[in-house]
Amino acid sequence: MDFSYSEEQTLLRNSVAKFLADHYDFESYKKISRSEAGWSRSVWKQFAELGLMAAPLPEEFGGLGGGAVDTMIIMEEFGRALVVEPFASTVVVGGGFLRHGGSAAQKEKWLSKIADGSTVMAFAFAEPEGRYNFADLTTTAKRNGSGYTLNGQKAVVLNAPHADVLIVSARTAGGRRDTKGVSVFLVDRNAKGVSTRDYPTIDGQRASEISFDNVDLPAEALLGTVDEGLGLIERVTDEAIAAHTAEAAGAMKVLLDTTVEYTKTRKQFGVPIGKFQVLQHRMVDMFIQAEQTTSMALMVTLKLDEGETERKKAASAAKVQLGKGGRFVGQQAVQLHGGMGMTDELNVGHYFKRLALLDTLYGNVDHHLKRYAALSD
Amino acid sequence: MDLSFSPEDEAFRREVHEFIANNYPERLKGKNRREFSEREDFLAWQKVLYKKGWVAPLWPKEYGGTGWSITQRYIFNEECARAETPQLLAFGLSMVGPVIYTFGNEAQKKRFLPGILSAEDWWCQGYSEPGSGSDLASLRTRAVREGDHYIVNGQKTWTTLAQYADWIFCLVRTDPNVKQQEGISFLLIDMKTPGITVKPIILMDGAHEVNEVFFDNVKVPAENLIGEENKGWTYAKFLLVNERSGIAGVARSKKQIERLKEIATSETVDGTPLIGTDEFARKIAELEIDLTALEFTELRTLAQEAKGKHAGPESSILKIKGTEVQQRITELTLEAVGYYAFPYARAFGDNEFPPGPDYAVGQSGTYFNMRKTSIYGGSNEIQRNIIAKAVLGL
Repeated sequence: MDFSYSEEQTLLRNSVAKFLADHYDFESYKKISRSEAGWSRSVWKQFAELGLMAAPLPEEFGGLGGGAVDTMIIMEEFGRALVVEPFASTVVVGGGFLRHGGSAAQKEKWLSKIADGSTVMAFAFAEPEGRYNFADLTTTAKRNGSGYTLNGQKAVVLNAPHADVLIVSARTAGGRRDTKGVSVFLVDRNAKGVSTRDYPTIDGQRASEISFDNVDLPAEALLGTVDEGLGLIERVTDEAIAAHTAEAAGAMKVLLDTTVEYTKTRKQFGVPIGKFQVLQHRMVDMFIQAEQTTSMALMVTLKLDEGETERKKAASAAKVQLGKGGRFVGQQAVQLHGGMGMTDELNVGHYFKRLALLDTLYGNVDHHLKRYAALSD
Repeated sequence: MDLSFSPEDEAFRREVHEFIANNYPERLKGKNRREFSEREDFLAWQKVLYKKGWVAPLWPKEYGGTGWSITQRYIFNEECARAETPQLLAFGLSMVGPVIYTFGNEAQKKRFLPGILSAEDWWCQGYSEPGSGSDLASLRTRAVREGDHYIVNGQKTWTTLAQYADWIFCLVRTDPNVKQQEGISFLLIDMKTPGITVKPIILMDGAHEVNEVFFDNVKVPAENLIGEENKGWTYAKFLLVNERSGIAGVARSKKQIERLKEIATSETVDGTPLIGTDEFARKIAELEIDLTALEFTELRTLAQEAKGKHAGPESSILKIKGTEVQQRITELTLEAVGYYAFPYARAFGDNEFPPGPDYAVGQSGTYFNMRKTSIYGGSNEIQRNIIAKAVLGL
């Protein structure tokens, strides 16, 4: 057993951290997320130049072959800086679907474009009434000659306004919520029949409501095996959960450090409030949550290639820790900052909001507790 | 001991219910749930109640109170919460009003109380300062007596809705050379006085509720001093206890739990209403049980008050549990709306409908915003200190 990072991995972390320190401080985050576009294409290009998109992808398709550990390193640093650029949706989710479900031709075509930063992807899976069940689909893809016709509506598709390509889950057979009959497609966001309604999210990102109205898809739009997409979706989203757990751990560490620093300088009753034992213990509990989340990010990252049940349990366990830990650390960071923690001016509220919504993404605490328990039967 | 209402109480409930049904302004309905209430929205309902003589149930009758029993006050609050009327602004009616009729002189009562009742004067609270939050007595805004005026210099912060205020009641330091608590005075200041600047503070949900208020050589007539110079801390503490007594918000929380249940009935998990799932049903049950305990704790406090005993330090329970329940409701509501917690409601125009069901709109903002409740009005840590010291004798 060895939890130490290789020289390359340490270099990667240092280079991401340095880039973000130089180009993505809190003021830059606010400026970027509140700009018209809601993200920075120039930062995205620089990520590509640093090799971040290539880092986890396979070498044969333009990647650097770093795998999930590289993703974890990058995402933790991104979590520290509140990065809004669509790395997770493009590299982790988009890249994941292609790696696990793509044909040789699809990999050839798309992975190199992801690696060099020329393509942005978003994952359109949620529906207005589907909640966290990936199989609860009313969007349909019907056979049409050699291709498909896509109809339906997707909700809260994160990063869709920046995306060139949408990855869309749709029902190709069976009834609503059947586990069989789910398929996954690559859809050009500008294709005829795709309409989007773009908007900002409360945690500084962008999302879209998307309608598909008789969108013609060629046969090569299908990712993986027809009707067998659910397993693929679960595998890829478990990888995304690993990435977001690392992101959350990064965000929690910033909140912890900021809070500790603040309570050392903020004086009330003639002493720094950090001297009060009741607040010290609270911060120790925040520290414990941040550490436990870091541990879970590592655990799930290292178990992504194990058997299906093992992987799913690991991802659900990590997601539960993310949700609970994020809530505690976020709420207490605000509480210990007092009124200042409530303001838009300080970074505290921004991390708190990101953590709160990460709890929702791909299923909240209750959903994953249930999934974990069912797998343990 | 008896839990049931008398026929007179039931008749009173019907009277209140009908009055609200007939007089609650149509344009306000539903508005307080969806963002940005303007100055006039806050005032419209108060004006209706003022005309009816129901605006200040807490005040003694001689100053414009209603003379209701605690049961009637309870019924009135419950009916208002049920109809989701806007909450009356506490700064005049629950805070400075009682200070003025308890400690003010006749001229002050005559001058200020009518405007508070009629909503003609909008009041805000000048307590917290950048360096003085939980440790309020360390405040440094200075007032120096010069002839028949005070000259005020300094800064207040977290001043709720100061952007609309006509008046501010301020704690100011009049003697820096004595024990902190003994050099504070309670001053009423006209917000139109030259030298006052109000700067907005935007909260993490995008709301502009609070402000910084700066005082630069502000000239305040000495007749605006409440009670005695340097005795302000006594009045300030009286006001803080009053602030706590209304803070449990039981009737409002009951209504919010009803809303939460409606949402959890509409939202489904694999075709089953969310409220029908074990996990969520238990969470709501726990919340309701917590609220029931709080309700009876509050009723016990009110019953004591009815016997003329002033609410003691144990009223801090009401602040702690009241705000915890309110926060938990918003937490579960956020959970209930699923992915529609994401859209930022304030980014949409007045006539633009944010995506998702109506009931989801703005719920995440409310969750983030409500974190303030365990910070304001004496943080929940301070409330626990009060109980530890004054009740448990630790």
